[in-house]
Parts: sequence; structure tokens; C-alpha cells
Amino acid sequence: MLKINNLHASVEDKSILKGINLEVKPGEVHAIMGPNGSGKSTLASVIAGKEEYEVTEGNILLDEEDIEELSAEERAHKGVFLSFQYPVEIPGVSVTNFMRTAINETRKAKGLEDMPAKDMLKMIRDKSELLEIDRKFLSRSLNEGFSGGEKKRNEIFQMAMLEPKLAILDETDSGLDIDALRIVANGVNKLKSKDNAVIVITHYQRLLDYIVPDFVHVLYNGKIVKSGGKELAHELEAKGYDWIKEEVNA
Amino acid sequence: MSLKEKLVSSFMALEDTVDVHSSIHDIRTEAIKNFEAEGFPTKRQEDWKYTSLNSILKHDYSVFPKNENALEFKDIKQYFIHDIDSYKIIFIDGKYSSHLSQTTHDGLDVCLMSAALTKPKYKVIIDNYFNKIAGKNGLTSLNTAFSLEGAYINIPKNKVVDKPIQIIHFSTGNESAVMLQPRNLIVVNENSHVQIIERHQSLTDNPVLTNSVTEIFTNKRAIVDYYKIQNDNENASLIDSTYINQKQESLAKVHTFSFGGKLIRNNLEFYQNGERIDSTMKGITIIGNKQHVDHNTLVHHIEPNCESHQDYKGIFDDNATGVFNGKVVVEKLAQKTNAFQANNNILISDKASINTKPQLEIFADDVKCSHGCTIGQLDESAMFYLRSRGIPEKEARALLMFAFSNNVMNSVKIPELKNRITKIIAEKLGVNLGFDL
Repeated sequence: MLKINNLHASVEDKSILKGINLEVKPGEVHAIMGPNGSGKSTLASVIAGKEEYEVTEGNILLDEEDIEELSAEERAHKGVFLSFQYPVEIPGVSVTNFMRTAINETRKAKGLEDMPAKDMLKMIRDKSELLEIDRKFLSRSLNEGFSGGEKKRNEIFQMAMLEPKLAILDETDSGLDIDALRIVANGVNKLKSKDNAVIVITHYQRLLDYIVPDFVHVLYNGKIVKSGGKELAHELEAKGYDWIKEEVNA
Repeated sequence: MSLKEKLVSSFMALEDTVDVHSSIHDIRTEAIKNFEAEGFPTKRQEDWKYTSLNSILKHDYSVFPKNENALEFKDIKQYFIHDIDSYKIIFIDGKYSSHLSQTTHDGLDVCLMSAALTKPKYKVIIDNYFNKIAGKNGLTSLNTAFSLEGAYINIPKNKVVDKPIQIIHFSTGNESAVMLQPRNLIVVNENSHVQIIERHQSLTDNPVLTNSVTEIFTNKRAIVDYYKIQNDNENASLIDSTYINQKQESLAKVHTFSFGGKLIRNNLEFYQNGERIDSTMKGITIIGNKQHVDHNTLVHHIEPNCESHQDYKGIFDDNATGVFNGKVVVEKLAQKTNAFQANNNILISDKASINTKPQLEIFADDVKCSHGCTIGQLDESAMFYLRSRGIPEKEARALLMFAFSNNVMNSVKIPELKNRITKIIAEKLGVNLGFDL
């Protein structure tokens, strides 16, 4: 589904990603871990199409198609979803109206009619139940005055509504208490299928107790320096990242 | 002959048509002298430093409108807030249109300035209020000299007006270039409440210059909600001077939506004559091409325990230029004044510009005054966020602009008007968001 080959990316001439190779197949969950500043969020943004980042070498293939020339919205239409570490506040636009716009724009891009209002409402009801979201919450302005936990839960609600092929969760666990973490993880697990894939970006192993990865990769200094199974996450939790750095620098 | 000369000589023609032995005419005569001395403002004047009238004064304007050009409601319905019941005072090329209007004398006066200025029964009010707070500058004097027609609204004590009043000026272009000088007088007495919507709309590509003056008096505990919709075509220019005199505990709110026109200058002045007065002015400006919008505001805090709130948002694209000049004067007596001013701007293109200048003159020592202006671009991370949800660039930008102007939209108290403004903005931005905000 996703194949990243020797990806180099930079922002304002500062090189951040220095040769990433990663393959994600349908039905898989990949975790990307690593110390601060290793390039985790950059990788997420580059896949989702943030324009400030320049791909200087290598490529990203989504279903064997090179997506470098595609805009962020075109990638979204093809099923890429990024759950943001810091979602943006949009005063005056309710969560419901925002989702309506996002879904109908995606449908328009696929040559489909707007989703009938009745279906939209049903979908909103079902998905908000899945994430234990209060209906009142949906008429509030998007992310405005939301707590950290509400923002993250709202990100996963959007993911549930948009039903992406490839979801990238960027530090979704930060700012979540244990109950919110459980709800969010539960939501992600229920959305998982054999046809979609998830990349979980995190500092800590905590989230991975709930969303169990098939593969764990350690990103350090712009490169994936170690990959393994879910036991690698436990090892990192126990030993920290220093041993990895030493291995790399040796 | 320059426009100034033409206007001064036209005044003599005016004298053939009006009662020259009235007190009104004394005011007019004084005013034309004033205009003759002052002339049109130039960029040498501090208040006009960033706005030049040269490009709009060069036309050979017809000063006295000819006969009414008939308009059918169905053809101009879109310019009305037509989905609510309202009083309407409608003018076509400066002349009152009775068939498009809905005036009243039933418990309140919603009618014509021409009647108020000439009929004896209005004389007391005219003597008390007419030209009492309007400025003595060249443009306002010019309007005063030619003040013949406009809206006259008088709300008696303890009256909540049951529906909004719409004042709309159409110009039809049956003359090559026309100059209009509407003059409005609005008196809201104790404990009364009125909502007014004003609009100037050209239906032609011929140049139109409107030099409008409005005087508003809000007496004790009166509330006035005034909305100005400025969404004209790019051959129409508007100079709007609105003067508001407030008595104690009154609330006056003016919203100005500037979305179109060649050049728009808003002079908006509040004078607080009493305690616990609230003066609020808010605006959204969204322009492009070579359009120019200038907001020049003044709040004069004269007595203690009053407030003023200013919140202006501007979005400028292409070669558009904006000016915000907000002056707050706090007199020595005006202790415990709370005065807030904010002017936030977004420049979409490299060639657009905004000159923003807060001016605070504070002579009292126990006051809270704040001001802030910002000039920025649309937040790129916010754009990325929206686009990553599948929302295309244009729609994403529009959503951010709505979010940016949301504070101002939220204080619009007429839902149908709010919807209309939202639709105008969406149209201007070329988007269909598929929902009402």
C-alpha cells in the first residue's frame, strides 16, 4: 500500500529525512518511535503532503503511484489521513459542518454526489458513539477551546468519518489521560481492517499496549536505524534510546 | 470647470428649488461657504494621508438626479434582506421610490428627509437635531449644503421597533456619471431599540460617487444596531460619514461590511455625552483588485464609566489597499473608561497593503485602554490541516477567512442578515461550502 524508497526531505535547506525506507501493507500496524528531533513528525507531514517540505531524493508510492506531485487534498482523496499532534482551531465552523465539507469535497473529487443529509447524520451518530463523543460536542467550533484530550478524540472521530486507507497518528497519545487513551485506541482498533493500515508515531510504548503494532521502527537522525516486532517497543521503554544512539554512532 | 467649482455653482441652481427663507437654508448656505473654503480633502491632511480622492473626483458628475428610473422589485430583490419583514426606505438615483418602500408614521416615523426638512410638524425635531453633530469638514459640509433627501427615522420613547429598517440607495446609470448626497437623520428616544440596515448599490458601470452623511442620536438607555453593507461594483465609490451622539446608558453598535466598491471611506464618529455608555464598532473588509477601503474611526469619551469596543478585520488580495485609523480620545473627566481597539489584517497577495494606525489621546488617569493591530498571512499550518482533510486550497482558505472574521459575524443580531453576509463572502471567495455558518 505504502512504499517509501530512500526518502530524503528538507525544510529551508535543512536536511531532516536522510534516506527512509519503509513498506506498509494492508492490514498492518506500524509504530515509529524515536527520540525528539529524529524526524518522526516530518515523515508524517511529508507523507501527507505538507508543502514546506521538499523531497530531495527518493519517492513515496501509494498503491504503486508516486504521490510526490499530489497536493495534500489529493492525497487525502486517495485515502491518506494524518491525525495531528496540534490540531488547528477553526472558530465559527462546527465539527459537523467541517466534516460535511471534508466528506463532500472528497466525494466530489471522486465524481460522486454530496452525501445525502440523512446518511451523513447517521454516520455522524454512529461514529461519535464509537468514540464516546457527546452530540453537543459536534456543534461546537472545531477544536476551539477543546482540551488536549478532546482535540485528539476529535482527530480520531474525523478519521472514523473519512475512513482512510492509510492513517498516520502523530503523537496521538500526548496529552491524553488513561481513559481518553483507552477510548481513542479502542476507536482506532475498531476501525482497523484487512484493507487499511495504520502508522503510529509515538515517543512512548504506552499507546502500543492498546494499539498493538506488527512492526516497530526506530527513527534516529532522519533514518530508520532499527526495526523489529512489538517487543522492540518494550525494550525501548525499558532501556531508553541511548543504546540505539550508541549502536548507530559506533 | 473642476468638480468643486461645478458644485459651488450648482448650489445657486439649488436655491431656485428650495425655500430660501428657512432656517435649513441658512444652514445650507453656511455649509456651502464652508465647502468653498475647505474643498475636498487631500493627502496632505493627516486623516487622508493614505486615501486619495483624485481618481474619483475627475468625473463630470451630474449633481441633480433626473427623474426616477423605474425598477421592478424582482430585478433588485437580491439587494434586499427579503426573507424578513422590514420597513424600507428606498431611493433610486437619489429620488424616493414609493413603490419599493414601506414607510410608517404609525407610532414611529420611518420616512423621508425631504418631508422632515419641509413640513412644519417636524420643525422642532429638525431644529433640535439636524446638523447638530455632523462635522464641519469639506465633505460633510458639501452634503449639508445639498441635503434634500435621505432617511428620517424618529423612534419615540419606550418603543422596541418590531422589525428592521432597510435604507437602500440604487443608482441606475441613466446619466453618465452621478454624484449622490443622501442625508439621514435618526433619533432614538429613551429606552427604545431599533435595527437599521443601510446599503448603496449601483446597477451600472457608469461612475457613481456617493457622499453620504448620517446623524444618529441615541437618547437615554436607547439601543441602536446599525449595519452597513458595502458591496458595490468597481465603478462606485462611497464616502460615508456617520456621526453618533449618545446619552447616558445608551448602546450604539455599528457593523460595517466592506466587500466592494472602487473606493470606500468610512468616517465613523461616536460622542459620549453621559455615563455608562457603550459604543461598539466592528467591521469586516474583504477586497481585491485595485479596491481601496479606509476606516477612519473616532470615539470621544467625555464622561466617566463608559466603554468603547472596536474590532475590525481586513483581508486584502491582489493590489487592494486598506487603511485603518482609529482614534480614541479620553477626556480628563472620563475616568474609569474602558476602551478597546483591535485591527487584524491578512494580506493574501504580496502587492496588497494596509496602513493601520491606532491613535490614543488619554487625558484621564484611571482608565483601561488597549489597542492592537496585526498584519499577517494566512496560517500555513492551518491550511495544511484543512487540506489534509481533503478540503481543496480555495475552500480551505475560505474557511480560514470565515474563522478569522467570526468574532465580528457573531455579533450580528439579525440571523437573515448574518446568512446574507456569509453568502456574500462565500460568493466573493468563489466557494460553496454547502452549509450556513
